[in-house]
Amino acid sequence: MKILVTAKRVPDPESTIKVNSSGDGIEEAGIKWVVNPFDEIAIEEALRVKEAQGDAEVVVVSIGPSEAQEQLRTGLAMGADRAILVTGENLDTSAVAKILVKIVEKESPDIVITGKQAIDDDSNEVGQMTAQLLGWPQATFISELKIADDKSSAECTREVDGGMETISVPLPALITADLRLNEPRYASLPGIMKARKKPLEQIEAASLGVDTTPKIVIKSMAPPPAREAGRIVESVDELVTALQSEAKVL
Amino acid sequence: MDFELSIEQQILRDSVRDFAEREIKPLAAELDRNEEFSYDTLQKMAEFGLFGMFVSEHYEGRAMDYLSYIIATEEIARVDGSHAATVAAENSLGIGPIYYFGDEEQKRKYLPPLCRGEALWGFGLTEANAGSDAGSGRTQAVLDGDEWVINGSKIFITNASTEVSAGVTVLCRTGTLDDGRPELSCILVETGTGGYQSKVMHDKMMWRASNTSELYFDDCRVPRSNLLGVRGQGFRQMMQTLDGGRLSIAAMGLGGAQGCFEMALAYAKQREQFGTPISQFQVNSFKLADMATEIECARLLLYKACWLRDNHKPFAKEAAMAKLNCSEVMYRCANHAVQLHGGYGLMKDYDVERFYRDQKLLEIGEGTSEIQRMVIARHIGAL
Ligand SMILES: Cc1cc2nc3c(=O)[nH]c(=O)nc-3n(C[C@H](O)[C@H](O)[C@H](O)COP(=O)(O)OP(=O)(O)OC[C@H]3O[C@@H](n4cnc5c(N)ncnc54)[C@H](O)[C@@H]3O)c2cc1C
Repeated sequence: MKILVTAKRVPDPESTIKVNSSGDGIEEAGIKWVVNPFDEIAIEEALRVKEAQGDAEVVVVSIGPSEAQEQLRTGLAMGADRAILVTGENLDTSAVAKILVKIVEKESPDIVITGKQAIDDDSNEVGQMTAQLLGWPQATFISELKIADDKSSAECTREVDGGMETISVPLPALITADLRLNEPRYASLPGIMKARKKPLEQIEAASLGVDTTPKIVIKSMAPPPAREAGRIVESVDELVTALQSEAKVL
Repeated sequence: MDFELSIEQQILRDSVRDFAEREIKPLAAELDRNEEFSYDTLQKMAEFGLFGMFVSEHYEGRAMDYLSYIIATEEIARVDGSHAATVAAENSLGIGPIYYFGDEEQKRKYLPPLCRGEALWGFGLTEANAGSDAGSGRTQAVLDGDEWVINGSKIFITNASTEVSAGVTVLCRTGTLDDGRPELSCILVETGTGGYQSKVMHDKMMWRASNTSELYFDDCRVPRSNLLGVRGQGFRQMMQTLDGGRLSIAAMGLGGAQGCFEMALAYAKQREQFGTPISQFQVNSFKLADMATEIECARLLLYKACWLRDNHKPFAKEAAMAKLNCSEVMYRCANHAVQLHGGYGLMKDYDVERFYRDQKLLEIGEGTSEIQRMVIARHIGAL
């Protein structure tokens, strides 16, 4: 069994994000970069499937700048077997999905697991687009994964509004990982040591023969408005008056 | 010049931080209060791979550079001094001397279980009447046939009286040199050897969840082959071990200072008095600015000392400087952190209270600040 899993390089959710001076992106200086947290969950799930199956191979893929090597090395240190880095600039979600399709066609995995979204642009599109382009079944936002004994299908529990839905998809299939699927392991020191000897293949996006012209252009980016300070009122009457005449919510 | 950590070092830092936050931080205050050495966290640290970090794979070590080991120690110390002490003492002082000076047979026998973290090993230098003047110890070993017979005692020995302590490296007088000075040699003594006893020392102010021991040798007999390296080289071996050990004490100062700074910053931004967060008062923001600046300087000095060591250049002077500076930086950071917490900083509910206590050892252990200044003064030719 082969599992292909994604690892996008994103800013650490704990870092302070500022809009850059040209107003069309974020200020990258001084930012700490990490594996997209949902992708970490995807990697963990791939490793659990591998551990349960015994003879599985986990291939971790990143599409983005060459610095994403760090995120792939993290995936390898967690336990993935090998890594593929597709380098390219200014890739929107559709370009990333098309590139991922090429890698899937080359690798022929039984399962592709992606994070349900990347925490930087929150697009929540790559998994779905990739499955569509491949013509594969997809199970999105899953919180539980069970591979059938005969490995022909997977039972996936999805987190839907107000409850859970359990579906079965024939393999190969694409799965997107939600927050409660698992708690990712940290890379242990023996894992970091082993990662030194694991292969990391680099491919240029341009060499894959896909049209990566962006379909969307970011026109501007703005920070959320600063929250105004609250005000302490003297009485309930004053509160009601303020809600009626100032906030106009009553 | 390149100030960038390698990819592997960055992954290591993130991973150890994650581990420390998840596995150690939630338990640290409770273990400190109960003065409890935790076998549970020891096992987790062992599985995670924190022992034998700079030892070659040949002996089941992690084969990492010294800077990686220092970064790991720093990250543990960022959440707890006691656990950092267990890790640092074990790597630098327990494993170090056997790895550096042991013969092949000793290394093959002792290092694998120590690197797996299944067993701990002590570094027996200090005696009740031989602290800073470590060469004046009275513990004696006399050769009787094919055995050393050891008599004497040691004090303050880290990791030597846990349930998994496998033994200790003991500095002994093994004779008298022509000029009348004692001949000093290191001898390996295994736990369970007749005449050897170790006893836990209680009621420490700091590192309460780390193991500290008194050792007694009463006609304790060990095979002649337990001599570590060359006879008469014991003091030099121990001093050389301490050069590396000082870097790990420095790492504990740096990590502890970082922890203090982060707690102080978070608290000062959220605590309001006079209608505004206390970080908005200049006197407080300047304290935080000073802490950040001192930590940055301390990190540069320590990492440079590690770089020297990793590149096989002399580093003893810089190691003493880093040990002195990092422990004093943490002194000031812990002091500011408690001050910024006000009365709450004096309560055990807040980790800064423990950091304030744990800091003090760093100016005393592995050579006091006065001794570091003497070492530096000698290096620069002032003494
Ligand atoms: C928790 C803990 C763990 C430890 N772990 C170990 C261990 O694993 N192995 C080990 O061998 N030891 C260990 N030690 C011992 C430690 O290294 C010694 O405590 C330290 O070296 C100081 O020795 P001392 O306590 O005898 O102080 P002293 O040497 O008596 O010093 C008292 C004071 O006099 C000052 N002083 C001494 N000589 C001079 C001088 N020439 N000039 C100026 N001032 C001077 C000192 O700086 C200090 O301020 C540990 C200690 C503690 C508390």
